[in-house]
Amino acid sequence: MLWIAWKMLIGNRAKYLGIVFGVAFAALLIAQQSSIFCGLMALTVSQILDVEGAGVWVMDPKVKYVDDVKPMADTHLYRVRGVPGVDWAVRLYKGIARARLEGGSYEQVILLGLDDTTFIGAPLNMIEGSIDDLRAPDAVIMDIVGYRKLWPGEPFKRGRIIEMNDRRAVIVGLARARKTFQSFAVVYTRYSQAVRFAPPERKVLSFVLAEPAPGLAAAELAERISAQTGLQALSRDDFLAKTIRYYLLNTGIPINFGITVGLGFLVGTAIAGQTFYLFIVENLRQFGALKAMGTGNGTILLMVLAQALHVGLVGLGVGVGLAALFGWSTRSFSKLSFYMPWQVLVITGVAVFLIVLLASLLSIRRVFIVDPAIVFRG
Amino acid sequence: MPPSALQSAAVHVRDVTRDFGSGDAVTRALRGVELDIPHGELLMLVGPSGCGKTTLVSIIAGTLQPTGGEVQVLGHDLVAMSPAARVRFRRANVGFIFQSFNLLPALTAVENAAVPLIIAGWSRARALPAAAALLDRLGLGSRLTNLPSELSGGQQQRVAIARALVHEPRLLICDEPTSALDAENGRITMELISGLAVRPDRVVIVVTHDQRVYPYADRIATMEDGQIVSIEARRRGEIGAPSHDT
Repeated sequence: MLWIAWKMLIGNRAKYLGIVFGVAFAALLIAQQSSIFCGLMALTVSQILDVEGAGVWVMDPKVKYVDDVKPMADTHLYRVRGVPGVDWAVRLYKGIARARLEGGSYEQVILLGLDDTTFIGAPLNMIEGSIDDLRAPDAVIMDIVGYRKLWPGEPFKRGRIIEMNDRRAVIVGLARARKTFQSFAVVYTRYSQAVRFAPPERKVLSFVLAEPAPGLAAAELAERISAQTGLQALSRDDFLAKTIRYYLLNTGIPINFGITVGLGFLVGTAIAGQTFYLFIVENLRQFGALKAMGTGNGTILLMVLAQALHVGLVGLGVGVGLAALFGWSTRSFSKLSFYMPWQVLVITGVAVFLIVLLASLLSIRRVFIVDPAIVFRG
Repeated sequence: MPPSALQSAAVHVRDVTRDFGSGDAVTRALRGVELDIPHGELLMLVGPSGCGKTTLVSIIAGTLQPTGGEVQVLGHDLVAMSPAARVRFRRANVGFIFQSFNLLPALTAVENAAVPLIIAGWSRARALPAAAALLDRLGLGSRLTNLPSELSGGQQQRVAIARALVHEPRLLICDEPTSALDAENGRITMELISGLAVRPDRVVIVVTHDQRVYPYADRIATMEDGQIVSIEARRRGEIGAPSHDT
């Protein structure tokens, strides 16, 4: 009987395509908007993700998210190193600096000061130059997206000079870094140099990056550090979650995207529901004939649900495929954030399942109450 | 018909009424219908539009419940049956030929003919050859894979006949089987119905307005205003409209 349901469904090509279009449109909207939302959320934690190798981030107890830097005294580094289970711990400076370009214009940049010895937190993907070039006086490395933003269309010029806090900085390399939420250029330098590029403050230490000794979980080490030093210590994953939670709770981003996703859901339900309803109404006589010939309501329900599931799966595939194609085709467009984790597929799948379920429930009553004797009416 | 024959009647209808609507708007479609049809008979049900023919065959086919009365078909008490049991009854025992064919437009001729077997739980691999064999007997062996829209009215009706007979039902209900056909196709259709469908263990009921098909009847029951006003026994092949004597 499911085979008959399938033949009935695809037999009416126009209606079939109409229902698939409705579901696909909803899936496209939901998947695309959710992926952009995920992309934006990924931007908020891009600088945590870019720091490889450190399992624990230590910071002032009042810090709410990664960009909410509250400087600490440098001595906290040694307190952290003194906690049992710390394999190593290094400093990280993070701040916003104002860079003066050759032409006299100013641009905000994100300044990252890496441990002078180990360069923990340095970009892994160098495009021009090497990390060791940072050992040169006044040396900085810039991310490629930032470089293109500051000097559009210009090729990389090693030795280019910018000024921060009236001190010259020489660009010695170009790195690939994740896009940041503020979309500022990211400038890497040594910690000792970063504190000179930054506006003068009494306390300058932004974070301490620590790695647990072998066999010790990052979360457990974070608890130990918090207990012993009174600082806020979080595993990398917990810091990611805390930052994302902050943006979710304190910005309008989720609401705005939620509205679009909700609209996609409603529009999809309306289009798919109405078309599916019309499809069912047009086929009432056929369903009536099947009922007259001895098809029970349970089987009819299965047939309608199978038809709905079919259009749901095809629509989901088309919609998610188009959303993925959108993401792929705009991957080089730096202003757009698109990130489609598997959770987006699950959410879109659940939404599409609800859409087709609603659409079929709207229609199924008509089939249930259709009198099999309808077939005797000419 | 003698009492012993009545007791063994395949279709036994007593004092059947059927109302539509409620309160002041109630319409009585059947008013105490009495009818017995023995096995092996082709009965024609005739009468003016709105006289209750379709309501009566719907009740006999188990697609509609009477408001009152007694309906026994092939030994089953349709009034006492649960809706699910009536569905099973129809699936196993009833074949339908409809005025407007009611073929599924997305299915080919052979697939349409196989539908009752598939409803009965047969696999497609078993059902399609069985349906194809019957269509071949009906002269449609070369049109098995055509969609209904690619067939003439007469061919569609032959597919409908195959669909009605493929699962060997013991009750065949034909609702105006010739009204959508020209004279020649109407004649062919009735030849097929009387030649293929009428069997000693089967009852065939034909609802019709078409006097040209009367010669194929064993008996003709005439309805008026919700009642059977006459039943005329005939020999098949006898020409002429039924008289109105009960």
